[in-house]
Amino acid sequence: MEWLRRLLLPVDQGSEFAKHIDNMYMAIFWLSVIMFFGLMVPMCYFAWRYRFKPGRVTPHQTHNTVMEIVWTVIPLLLCVGLFFWGIIGYMQFAVGPGESMEIQITAKQWLWQFEFPDGTRAVNELHIPVNKPVHLVMTSEDVLHDFFIPDMRVKRDVIPGRYTEYWFTPTTVGEHVSTCAEYCGKGHSDMKAKVFVDTPADFAKWMETGGDEWMHHTPEEWGRIQYEQKGCQSCHNVDGTRSKGPTWKGIWGKPVKLNNGTTVIVDEAYVRESMMQPGAKVVEGFENIMPTFQGLLRENEIRGLVAYIKSLQ
Amino acid sequence: MEHTLTSGNVTADRPRPAKNYLNETTGLWSWMSTVDHKRIGIMYLGAVSFAFLLGGIFALLVRLSLLNPQHTLFGKQWVTAEMYNRFFTLHGAIMVFLFIIPSIPASLANFVLPMMLGAKDVAFPRLNLTSFYLWVAGAALAIGSMVLGAVDTGWTFYTPYSTTTDGAVGLMTLAVFILGFSSIFTGLNFIATTHKLRAPGMGWFDMPLFVWGIYATGVIQILATPVLAITMVLLLIERVFQIGIFDSRIGGDPVLFQHFFWFYSHPAVYIMILPGMAIISEIIPTFSRKTIFGYRAIAYSSVSLALLSFIVWGHHLFVAGESDLANVIFSALTFLVAIPSGVKMFNWLTTMYKGNISFETPMLYAMAFLFLFAIGGLTGIFFATLAVDIHLTDTYFVVAHFHYVMMGGTVIAFLGGLHYWWPKMTGRMYSEKWGRVACALVFIGFNMTFGSQFIMGGQGMPRRYFNYLDQFQPIHAFSTYGSWVLGSGLFLTAIYLLASLKTGPLAPDSPWGGTTMEWESSSPPVVHNFEEQPVFEHEPYDYRHRTVTHV
Repeated sequence: MEWLRRLLLPVDQGSEFAKHIDNMYMAIFWLSVIMFFGLMVPMCYFAWRYRFKPGRVTPHQTHNTVMEIVWTVIPLLLCVGLFFWGIIGYMQFAVGPGESMEIQITAKQWLWQFEFPDGTRAVNELHIPVNKPVHLVMTSEDVLHDFFIPDMRVKRDVIPGRYTEYWFTPTTVGEHVSTCAEYCGKGHSDMKAKVFVDTPADFAKWMETGGDEWMHHTPEEWGRIQYEQKGCQSCHNVDGTRSKGPTWKGIWGKPVKLNNGTTVIVDEAYVRESMMQPGAKVVEGFENIMPTFQGLLRENEIRGLVAYIKSLQ
Repeated sequence: MEHTLTSGNVTADRPRPAKNYLNETTGLWSWMSTVDHKRIGIMYLGAVSFAFLLGGIFALLVRLSLLNPQHTLFGKQWVTAEMYNRFFTLHGAIMVFLFIIPSIPASLANFVLPMMLGAKDVAFPRLNLTSFYLWVAGAALAIGSMVLGAVDTGWTFYTPYSTTTDGAVGLMTLAVFILGFSSIFTGLNFIATTHKLRAPGMGWFDMPLFVWGIYATGVIQILATPVLAITMVLLLIERVFQIGIFDSRIGGDPVLFQHFFWFYSHPAVYIMILPGMAIISEIIPTFSRKTIFGYRAIAYSSVSLALLSFIVWGHHLFVAGESDLANVIFSALTFLVAIPSGVKMFNWLTTMYKGNISFETPMLYAMAFLFLFAIGGLTGIFFATLAVDIHLTDTYFVVAHFHYVMMGGTVIAFLGGLHYWWPKMTGRMYSEKWGRVACALVFIGFNMTFGSQFIMGGQGMPRRYFNYLDQFQPIHAFSTYGSWVLGSGLFLTAIYLLASLKTGPLAPDSPWGGTTMEWESSSPPVVHNFEEQPVFEHEPYDYRHRTVTHV
């Protein structure tokens, strides 16, 4: 029945918890199928067997205490059983293992920010080592969000003003997607992060250098990838139209009017400053709503973004 | 037996009175100022049908937005994320607050409940009319909020998004506040009517089960709805005066809002489903021509569902940072809901056993209800089980689950009840042929639309998503095609029902051979329902000595 599980649930079972949940899901599924047919087969049979016949006399059956007790108690026992099974699984994963790697997650409209114990930070890109318990400590800077990795069967709301936490142990190396599962506005469905489960060696390397992916791209291409991955596209368009922030198309080298009345030329220094201190020089007609990316972008990523904006003529 | 009036064959031959509630007085003002529960029921029926149409249009727009991941129609993108967010918000808010909650109680029950008790009217006729005008005021505000700057919070108004987003959230919450009072007045009226206006000789266990269901609903309406009103007022206070209640930036707690909201909105689920179950308890004995099996068990299960509904709200917050202990307790309580629901299913099936069953449109809807509610109920078990809930909550699986309960349960029962009492309400028979065709379209379309969503949800497709991964495209498209089949079934229903007002054959007083008291009146009933005060003579659903020779 593996094909059925693959139809009804995510194909990947990326964590220990996933296998457990899938087994319970399938057990309840089959129980439901049995109960469903247990109700529908009699219904269809009665409908056919006792279909209207002129003059048929129906018996006056008002109740049957024994039968009614039986069909109250049996479902009750089934429910008690399922309840205990459900909490056993739940408690097992609600309580964290002693040794785990703590990752701080900060959510905001509409991006995910990850911070590792050593202070390494990343946006919309979560690297975790395989077979090592991960402890997520999450909070939100604005509205409700929800950190959901379908492949790991991990889900927990991310709430402003408090911490929520979750534990899981990734078990297979590979790339997964995490999504936001609590409605948070316009960019809700684009609030995705890539989750990379690495071998311990790859993970150590990534922690040191941030990976060498950037070497395989031209700076413009790398910049475009950052544009899509780091959440820039939720507020900046590249086709000349206005969004929550100004468009990037055709601005390079041109003067732009600021909301304090002065003018500035869009060059490397201005673009970098706009990422690190977004409130310093806000373009006229726009609100000061952009979060800072100080410490969140590596040099190669900033260079890529600058090159990308430059290329958008 | 003496009760010749209730026999379907006899009443059909009784001459129609010249004056009935429809033609006793005429003119628009005679309707607008009426205190006749039947006329108010008809006005409510028109009003909630309009809301259903409006909510349905938004539902079709939601599905159309998701037809393909590029959101294109004829090669052009026609919808943006902001528009989509408004579509699903308005679909949900209109369907829940303007349609489903008032649907069965305020329209059908308003019409038949007093008649089932042998009463002339509800206990407080003026309050009944007030309830209707409050609904109109609430609806006007809700539609006003759509025109003045649409709301994009989702029908749940979760904070702090709802207190910080632009748009006419204030107007919409005010609408919900007012609609709550309309609902409270209806519930209060039915409770008083049931207590005080039963026919001479009719005890509590002699009432039709429909009355039990509506009575239990009334209890929830008057106990739970004030909490919603308070929550909406607090939300408005926070939005207008910036007093921190739910927004953590000014000292509030966003999870508190969820507790308040679901403390009403979970019982509200039973405000929606109990009247649906109540209709099924009428239709099945009538079309099986056999007494209901387990009368007391069904009556008690309605009351126990009403009580249980107050203590399970926490299951909406399993992943929202509720403590593990609270999660475990709410999980256990939630499982209990399955028991009375199951008891009702078993009783309905046993009622069909050894019956004499015919398949007119109301019975087809009742059987569709059993099918769809079984799925809706069984998929609820997935959510009661804590570990599985974590993966499925906030995905399309939950969207499918509650549509199977709300639409597959309540709306299907509403349609069944509408066909069942249509001859009594209008004095005309609808087209049985088109009724069956439309029922088939609704059933098939519904399963296409929402059955497919169980698969998407399990695979990890979150709800309220505008952009989705390409892998979900075929299922989303299939679901959208299903919505067209469903929509055409409902459209067809509207056409033949309206046509029957002009061209339908005159209805006999008791076209289905029903045994409850409303069938003792003429079709359509006279102004005070009965020519003389009916007296309780036999238990409801008594088919002894009543042999039906033709349908």
